[in-house]
This record gives sequence, C-alpha cells and structure tokens, in this order.
Amino acid sequence: MLKTRLIAVLIVLEGQVVQSVRFKHTNVIHYDPIHAIEAFNKWAVDEIVVLNVDRNPGGREAFAEKVSHISRICFVPLSVGGWITDEGYADLLLRSGADKLVVNSAVHDLPDLVQALSKRYGKQCVVASMDVMRGGSNIPTVRVDRGRIDTGSNALDWAGRAVDLGAGEILFNSIDHDGARRGYDVDTLKTIARAVDIPVIAFGGVLTWDHLMGGLDAGADAVAVANQFHYTEQSTKKAKAFLARKNIIVRAEGRFGD
Amino acid sequence: MTDKIAIVDYGMGNLRSVANGLAEVGAMSQLVAAGADLMAYDKIILPGVGAFSQAMENLHGRELVGPLNDCVQAGKQVLGICLGMQLMCKQSFEDGIHQGLGWFDADVIEFPKTENLKVPHMGWNSVHFEKDHGVISSIETDNDVYFVHSYFVDCKSPQDILGTASHGQKFTAMLARENITGMQFHPEKSQQVGLKMLENFVNDAGF
Repeated sequence: MLKTRLIAVLIVLEGQVVQSVRFKHTNVIHYDPIHAIEAFNKWAVDEIVVLNVDRNPGGREAFAEKVSHISRICFVPLSVGGWITDEGYADLLLRSGADKLVVNSAVHDLPDLVQALSKRYGKQCVVASMDVMRGGSNIPTVRVDRGRIDTGSNALDWAGRAVDLGAGEILFNSIDHDGARRGYDVDTLKTIARAVDIPVIAFGGVLTWDHLMGGLDAGADAVAVANQFHYTEQSTKKAKAFLARKNIIVRAEGRFGD
Repeated sequence: MTDKIAIVDYGMGNLRSVANGLAEVGAMSQLVAAGADLMAYDKIILPGVGAFSQAMENLHGRELVGPLNDCVQAGKQVLGICLGMQLMCKQSFEDGIHQGLGWFDADVIEFPKTENLKVPHMGWNSVHFEKDHGVISSIETDNDVYFVHSYFVDCKSPQDILGTASHGQKFTAMLARENITGMQFHPEKSQQVGLKMLENFVNDAGF
C-alpha cells in the first residue's frame, strides 16, 4: 500500500531559503537551497516542494536556474512553483528538472492555463496550492498572489474548482497558521479532505511532530513542513520515526543485502 | 564503466531526471533523438511520462521504432522506465486500443475506479521481487519506490515478471526478459533503492 508522505518545503526568496511567518519573510535559513536539498535527501524525506515567493516576477528565470542546480542532487520527487503564468515558463521549470508544478494564483487568475498544464503534462504534474486566511468573520477565504489578494472564495469552493481544472493534488496552507507554531488549520483542512478525492497535503504551522498527527487525523494524505524541518539536524528522519511509532505507515529507508 | 548509454529523446517527459540519476551513480549518458544514432550505444534507456498513444505516435513519427527493435535484436541492454515500460508491451487500453512495441506479452489497462482507491497511483509503494536479476542485485525485496501512473501492466507471461506491487490489486511493477528490462516506478526518483538499480543497470554487462 501507499506510504504516508512526509514533505519538506523550501520557501525561496531571491535565491535564498527564508523563514516564513504569516507570509512575511525576514530571516534567511540557507543562503543556497542546495544545502537544504542535500540534507533532506539524506534524511529520508519523501518529497520536496520549492516555492519562489518573490513579490515580483523579475527573478523567475534565476529561480528556474536554481531549480536546475538542485534537481541534480534531488532523488525524490521535486515540486516547484511561483510565477507560473504561462506554459513556456512551466515547460522551463520541468526541463530544469522539476517533476510537478505548483500553481496558486493561476487557479484564480488563469484557469485556462491550469487546465492546459493538466492536459499537457497530466494531473499528477499539477499541484494546486491554496492559502486560506480567516477574516473578521472567522470564516476562512482563499487568498492569492502570495497572500495579498483576498479572492473572497471559500476554501471548499476553491478546492472544488482546482479539482475541476485538473489539479492532481492540493497543497493546503493557512496564512494565520504559517510560522505560528500551533499546528495546521485542522478545521479547514478537514472540510477539504472530506470533499475532494485527490490527495491533500497539510502545510503551515508545525512545531512539534504531534502536529503532523493533527494533519493526518484531519484527513490529509501527506504532511508538509517548512521552517521546523530546517532548524534541527535529522529533522525529517526524527519526524518519520515519530509517525512510525504512531502506527502511520511511512517509507522505510532502503534495505540492501549482499 | 565505459559503456555508452543513450536516453531516447522522443519528446515525452522529464529526461533530465534520468540523466541526473545516472550521473549520480557515475555514468555519463547522452540524449539521443535520431534512431540512426542508437546503434552506436551499448545501453538504451526508454523513459517517458504522458499518454501512451502520443508516445507511440512520437516513436513512429521520429522513426525510432525500427532502430529500437534493432537494438533489442542486437542484444543491447534496454531499460524502459514508467511509460517506457508500458510501451514495451503488446497493447494499451488508454483512450482506445493502441499497439505498443510488443516486446512483452502484456496489456496496459486502467486501475478500476473504486471507492477508496485513489488514481493515479502516486507515491511510495513497495516492490516485491518475483525472481533474481542483475538489475536488483544487492537490493532486498519489498523496498519502497516512487510510482506515478493511472494504467498498469498486466503481463501474460509469468516468467517475464520481475517485480510486483499492490494498489487495490497486484500488478506488474517490473518486467525482465533477456536483455530487456522495465520499471513502472521511477528509479531516478526512488532515492538509494532506485539509484542502486540504475547503478546495477550501468555496471552489469549482461543480465
């Protein structure tokens, strides 16, 4: 049977891995993402997501160049996103060694593009990332453009639209929970995981490994972590060992004989 | 390790990852788009991601089918990865019925749509070895490898099945007969286990 996936996320700003706290990026974690990729590949991670959070598109060619560097030493599936606004750029990212494309604003602004990417490369290649935020009414709505624009759309409608456009997975994140160290937004996550039949990845807010269990209990198929995975040695290995102790079936490291 | 390795470039999928994986195990490879050039290589990798019919159309359109058959006849080691393994089969039922290269007596069929079974079959799953083979040398059975596919290989010749996996039902995850080998999963994205398979493919003179 399929194993529960543990995913490391790298938030990249101007070529550096940064810490993300409610979508603000002030502290640099790694000056070059290659160091993080190297570590995670040794630490039993199942998948890696790299997101370019630059507020303007000027650096996207340089980001693609970074992707081509890191893909050389990344031997787990690599998903990348940020400023995918046309098929040409999507193609460049894939040719740079990405396995999947992460779309966010495009689901709102460029639905035809999402549909075209799904048709051209297959559903498995398109990950719809959704960033929710609770307003004064405490009802989460989906935001795009690095959290700057409130689409007014509720999480469930948005997830349904992503599925209709041909997304193969949903990367669920909460701006309120991002970097807040109190676990995933499990309430919103639960409604989405129940409603869609594509895999949902929980993201945003993990401090303790118990928070990973919160995401899985809410129905997520995979759990993702950014900041916290960068701060401790062997983090992903330890997180996996924790999940295994909780009877979650995770990928074991390779076993070799004579 | 002076073997020359060709990765067949026929416009389907991420060839870069395969080349990266080979480089990691110390092997140089070339992307080869012209059928006439294939004979100059010792080992051939047929990768691929995407639709079966489009892939066969591309292989025919680029006049690669004849040269690929010649390579198999000449005894060259040929490895099909993901869609590449499916293309080695007799026929696929993906959006109609399409003829494949026909090297294995096998059909490519869709995972049945049932409750609780997510398709595509995507993620890490274990592969059970059904026989011995050079490409799995020193790798234990039931290790996890990375799969992404909606159609699977149903092989009619049990002796050609090298590995099986389960997703709702048991299916053929690896094929092997003489100099032809197929892997439904992505060895180049399957960490140490996958890289070891690539290394075995590179180093083994003959299976």
